[in-house]
Amino acid sequence: MKYLNFLIIGVIFGIVMFKSEAASWFRIYEMFQFQSFHMYGIMGSALSLGIVGTWLIKKYKLKSFDGEPIKFNPKTKSFSRYMYGGILFGLGWALAGSCPGPIYTLIGAGYLPILVTLLGALIGTYIYGLLRHKLPH
Amino acid sequence: MILPPDQKPAYFAAFKMIVMDWILEPWPWYVGGPLIAGILFLLLFGGKTFGMSSNLETMCAMGGAGKRIDYFAFDWRTKRWNLIVVAGAVIGGFLAANFLSGDTSVDIAPETVDTLRTLGFESAGEAYLPDELFANGAFTDPKSLAILLVGGILIGFGARYAGGCTSGHAITGLSNLQLPSLIAVVGFFLGGLIMVHLMFPLIF
Repeated sequence: MKYLNFLIIGVIFGIVMFKSEAASWFRIYEMFQFQSFHMYGIMGSALSLGIVGTWLIKKYKLKSFDGEPIKFNPKTKSFSRYMYGGILFGLGWALAGSCPGPIYTLIGAGYLPILVTLLGALIGTYIYGLLRHKLPH
Repeated sequence: MILPPDQKPAYFAAFKMIVMDWILEPWPWYVGGPLIAGILFLLLFGGKTFGMSSNLETMCAMGGAGKRIDYFAFDWRTKRWNLIVVAGAVIGGFLAANFLSGDTSVDIAPETVDTLRTLGFESAGEAYLPDELFANGAFTDPKSLAILLVGGILIGFGARYAGGCTSGHAITGLSNLQLPSLIAVVGFFLGGLIMVHLMFPLIF
């Protein structure tokens, strides 16, 4: 039953990604050309509500549906891994025109060449696991 | 409002038509953005966090990568819930494209269309994704395959190096006002701008 909830959340996520056009290569390109407000509007409104909601959860120590405290995992402090990793991710985001969420949405929407990007992302993840100890973090 | 019984079906039909039209149209940012925040909160109240790129790690672990590399040596079953979210996202994409959309061409800015046409993207403004990369012909075009594969490698490597992607850093992390996520998001944009403005003219 619990898994059904996650499946429903995923279905909503997939529909929102497709219908809001956040899964469109064209929208990502347009965003990096600063020629439309669309993507900034999506991320800005999601983030504004996210900040308010996260603040409320912490302020009122809200509990999860199971009655557990809601935990936020703080990321480890560093500059290099976030900057270098971020830049590499951004290069891929703009080139393939999708981030990890929309990749799955596009598979379902029937754009099968995106499977090549998924394969690449798995290879990239594997390479990271392989080289992790040699990289500045 | 109390309607005469014989008029109820007509009102209902009109209401249904308006709602359906609204769903079939592309959704504006002020619908998409708040819904994404909704996903974040559903997952937080479900006792989890919103982060899509960690699934890539889980899939590598599932494939047995943990036998050789310690990074993948964790019990992937503990992340099964997130793989279910992935399965949902695939189903959601199928439903949205096949049942919840009229014309799926993306109405990007006219100047974006012009720039893309000069780069050789003829389908700009007339499709959801560029045919040059995402029509099935891409499978037999070495250049398209290379772009999709290299793009994917950068996405996977970069997301795991940075410890998250758009969902984990730009939405979840920034919502929690975490400095590491801000650094990562600045990196995402630097990378994207370098790609689009400096590398696209060389690639396309």
